[in-house]
Parts: sequence; structure tokens; C-alpha cells
Amino acid sequence: MTGAPATLFDKLWSAHEVVRRDDGASLLWVDRHLVHEGSHHGFAKLAARDLPVARPDLTFAVADHYVPTRGVPAVGSDIARMIRQLAENAARHGIRHFGMGDARQGIVHVIGPELGLTLPGLLVVCGDSHTSTHGALGAMAFGIGATEVAHVLATQTLWQKKPRRMRLRFDGALGPGVGAKDMALNWIARLGADGAGGHAIEYAGSAVRALSVEGRLTLCNLSIEGGGRLGIVAPDAATLDWLRGRDFAPADWDHAAEAWAALVSDPDAVFDREEVIDATEIAPIVTWGTSPEEALPITATVPDPDRAGAAADRVRAALDYMGLVPGRPLIGTPVDQVFIGSCTNARIEDLRAAAAVLAGRRARVPGRVSPGSAQVAAQAMAEGLDRVFIEAGLDWVGSGCSMCVGMNGDLVAPGMRCASTTNRNFRGRQGPGARTHLMSPAMVAAAAVTGTLADVRPLLKGRV
Amino acid sequence: MAGWSEHTGQAVGLPLENVDTDQLIPARFMSAPRSAGYGGYLLHDLRQGPDGAPDPAFPLNRAEGASILIARRNFGCGSSREAAVYALADAGFRVVVAPSFGDIFASNAVGNGVLPARVTDADAESLLNRAPLALTVDLEACELRHKGGTVPFEIDPVWRLKLINGWDDIDLTRAYGDRIAAHATRWAAQAPWSVPPG
Ligand code: SF4
Repeated sequence: MTGAPATLFDKLWSAHEVVRRDDGASLLWVDRHLVHEGSHHGFAKLAARDLPVARPDLTFAVADHYVPTRGVPAVGSDIARMIRQLAENAARHGIRHFGMGDARQGIVHVIGPELGLTLPGLLVVCGDSHTSTHGALGAMAFGIGATEVAHVLATQTLWQKKPRRMRLRFDGALGPGVGAKDMALNWIARLGADGAGGHAIEYAGSAVRALSVEGRLTLCNLSIEGGGRLGIVAPDAATLDWLRGRDFAPADWDHAAEAWAALVSDPDAVFDREEVIDATEIAPIVTWGTSPEEALPITATVPDPDRAGAAADRVRAALDYMGLVPGRPLIGTPVDQVFIGSCTNARIEDLRAAAAVLAGRRARVPGRVSPGSAQVAAQAMAEGLDRVFIEAGLDWVGSGCSMCVGMNGDLVAPGMRCASTTNRNFRGRQGPGARTHLMSPAMVAAAAVTGTLADVRPLLKGRV
Repeated sequence: MAGWSEHTGQAVGLPLENVDTDQLIPARFMSAPRSAGYGGYLLHDLRQGPDGAPDPAFPLNRAEGASILIARRNFGCGSSREAAVYALADAGFRVVVAPSFGDIFASNAVGNGVLPARVTDADAESLLNRAPLALTVDLEACELRHKGGTVPFEIDPVWRLKLINGWDDIDLTRAYGDRIAAHATRWAAQAPWSVPPG
């Protein structure tokens, strides 16, 4: 390499920059465009101009947001219409489509990496904010709106202003029972839900290196919840081992692997911002409020608005919505149900982590387990994990976004408290009036077996 | 999209942080086509009391005809759903004033001619204290003017030009067709795996 030292993000950006205008806007080449049922506004804009899809071979469609996780949609229902509309748009434009019942169907951010559609060094976009997930493989990946979806469909490019560069380092080793979800909620609680606003985050440090690819996907997934435009982890041997042999992995693997070795930040590259977190101090975390920044170690107590200074009103409103009493321990708060699923935590390792806690135990509350993809489901069943969930009393259902957003009708009822592996505890996210606590899959399993918010660590003794 | 450089209207205050896209438009309304009009979905669940009737205390229910919204930090955080902007635009809003915005929301807003105007925390608080009030939004000068004074705002220069000129990106981009084609050819040779096997 010649020239000034560059960050990984700088390298990815310049490899995709077609032009840069004088005003600073860059036109970027897009390698993978993923679409789902919610992309209907983008297709409608394209149709309004009577334009073709520029590169159907680089566009992939998957049904996830509206698919029922049980049975088939009622004939004539909105859900059936949304799923059919995607299939029709895909067929009309010659786009490969993984519809309901396809062995490769699943949540868009689970199947992209899993099929090897997402590869190091590529630019991946999708009309969904959690597209940041794909950065875990060393790709540049971010969510876009419907106007931009139409633009990518029409031109295979996108105008963007380059975000600032931020490095977020986690030094040291995580304690037992602590994982990627806890790392993510920890930094978001520390820096705020807009803490990384306007920045591309590179995750680094020994605790990130030690994460499996699944863990990195979880970490990058939540970048957007801290305001980050995207998250990336430099590819390494773990990335390559994970990708080799996937459906769409490169035919000329050695050539690709050699090129990917250059995808690191140069040693003296300069970031606009650096943050360092001591991984040894991270405890299992749960959210208590209605923003992902409202998160605390499970061992903490419910915050007191009177001690929250300028944030008093916000804290009071959040506790009011969540039905929590200031000063009470988080541990022991009764939950009504649990959910294990979503693009954050429904990959095979997530299911294994939850099953390790649930094995031989009964859930005290009802709950649902929705594997992230049909492939994850098949793998879990081959390992007998579905039996563990079912014997614990939880429902084992099909894959899709399900109770993460409730578009398919999988809702948490008003006032009900749900321990959830998802990514958003916004008011009404899981249904009007639903009370969502975000946490890791192991922590959700702990909530299931105790019927309350609980510390998973004692439940893991002698198990992992 | 029509460009604009000055707008005068009634500003309403929504003194909340982290107004997320699930608040701006709950997911259950998003399967509707745009032609149906999204204005009625704006902040739907916050506007109504538990009994389903409009909550008279909610600021937006007392601000018929407002076209400017003032809020606290991290407005529009969350999902990429452009429907959040459709709900604002269809309800008549042209400008949102806040100390910070969700990145994707801000970009979606500009794509629909809605200005995300960034002000300091102190200026947001002082405007919230005065709301409802008449405001003039000057995109040329990057200023908000009211009877009691002038407040500067920030907007990415690229976005500012786009709002003023009403540029349509697809038409702009097609002028770069040759450069795009050249880039695609070079990149496919350099990184053959960037084109998936058929
Ligand atoms: S699982 Fe949830 S966050 Fe992920 S893509 Fe689906 S709706 Fe979005």
C-alpha cells in the first residue's frame, strides 16, 4: 500500500467511490442490495418512473418482516398481500427471491452472511437499519430509506456523505455468562442512543477478536442503536473459517482470501474519535426503559427519577410506561413472557446459549423461540435444541422477524412484560403498550426459568 | 420534489428525547400504499389516550396547521422506515428542529423535502419554552427567525443544496452513467467475487 495510513473504513469507502462531488457527496457502487416485503415503497417509486432494476444479479429478495412464524397467512389478508407483492416484484425484475418455505429463507441480516452473500470488502445495503449487522464480516453495510432503495434499484449506486471514523475498543476478556449483547448494551448505555451519531464504528480490541462471528454479528447489529451509521470488524482467520464453503462463497477462494488480508486499519491510521472500554468490567445487562441507552447491569436497582437531574422527566415517563418502581432491584421483577429471536440474537450460537440454561429445566412463563433462518432451524434441530425448548415449555416456531416488530401479528399484549433478545425496547415496538426488556439469549433463558428478570450466572454453574 | 429556501409557519413543541421511528409511525400502519396518505398515522399511539380518544394534552392535538416541529435530542432514531417521514410530510410538516437526529431519518427527510435543522440543546430548550410560536426558516442563511430573535441551525451542506434545488438523485446520477459503468467493470475485475455466481 502507498499513501497515507488509512483506516479499514477509509479503504472500503475509497474502493467503492465512483465520484466525489465538490460539495463532498460521494457516489458509491453497491455490491449487494437486499430487499424484503417492507421495500414496497422503493419498488413503487421505480414503477412510477417506469425504470428497470439496473443489476438484478446483485439484488436479493427475502420474505421476513411479515412472514407468519406459524401456518400460512389468511387468504386476502394484508400479510398475504405483502408477501405476494415482494414475490411479484422479484419475479418482474428477475431478482433471486427466498420466499416462505424456501430452505434459504430467514431474516435478511441472518441469511446475507449465512449464504455468503455478504463478504469482506463489499458494500451491502438494505432498506432496514440493522443492515449494520453485515459489517461483522468486514463489509461496509448500512441501512437506507425507500427513496434510496429506489435509487439503488435504478442505478446500483448511492449518494452518501462520508461519516466520521470512530474506533471502539474492548480490552480484556469477558467474564462467564457475558457476551456480545452485553458489550453492545454497555457501550450504548455509556455513550447514549445517539452516542455514535454520524460515525462509522470499527470494533477492535482483544474482546472483539475473541468473539465468534455470531457474536460479532450481534455487536455490529446494535451499532445503529447507539446512533452509528455502521459497524465493522476487520476480517481475520475466524471470519474466513466461518465463510468458507457457504452457498455464495467465492469460487476462487485463495485469491479472495489474499485480497481480504489487506482489510485492516493501518497501524498509524487516525480515527476522528477513539473510545476504550474495559471488557472485564461488563456484567450481564438488561434494559429498564424505552430506549436501548436505558440499560443497567442486572445487579443494579431501578433508577430514581429524583436523582436523574435533567433527565428526571424522561426517566419518570419511561418507568411509568414500563410499570417499574424506583429503587427496587431489577432482579426479581416478574415477567409475563419471553422471546428468543430477531436478527440480533437468533443464530445458532444464540440458540445454544439459551438451550444451555434451559436444558432439564421448565420455563415458568410462556415464550416463543424463532430461529433466525430455515438453515439455523435445521441446524438447531440436528443438535436437538428444539427439543430442549419444547421440553422447557416454550414454543418452537418458524423463522422471521416475528415478535421483534410484530408486523406478522406476533405481538406482546398491552401491559405485558417481555424478556426479549431483540434490539429495540421502544414504546409499542412489540405491540401497543408492550413492555420490552432487552437482554442476551442466556439472560432471556434465565428469565424464562425464574419467571423474573434474573442473573444468568448462578444458573450456569456446572453447565458451561 | 420541489425545492424551497424559505418557509414561514407555526411551530409546535414536542419536548421529548429519542422520539423513535416506531413512535412516529407504528409498524402496523406500514403496509398501506403512500397514496392512502400517512398523515393520520403520525405519532399515532402518543396522540391517543388509553381509551383511543385523542389526548387533549398532547401538543400535536392542539396545533392544527403546524408545519414545524421542535423536539429534543436524537429525533427519528431507530428504523430506516421512510414512512416516518411520510407521516410527518403528509401531516403538513416541512421542518423538524432538534439538537440531533437519527442519521437515516435525517437522510430520508431530506429526500422528501423535509428539513432536519440541528440546533444547540440550549436553543432547542428556549424554542420549546416559547412554543407554539410563528417561525421563519431560512435555508439560505441557516437561520430560524421569530419575533424574539434569531437562532442559527446546522445542516449538512450537501443536504442544504438538495433541499434548495429540489434535486432528484436518480436524474442526477444518470448523468454519471459512463463513470459508473467504468467503475463496475474495474471492480468486477479486481474483486471477481463481488459478482455472485449465477
Ligand atoms: S428482526 Fe427485527 S430488527 Fe431485525 S430486520 Fe427484522 S424487524 Fe428489523
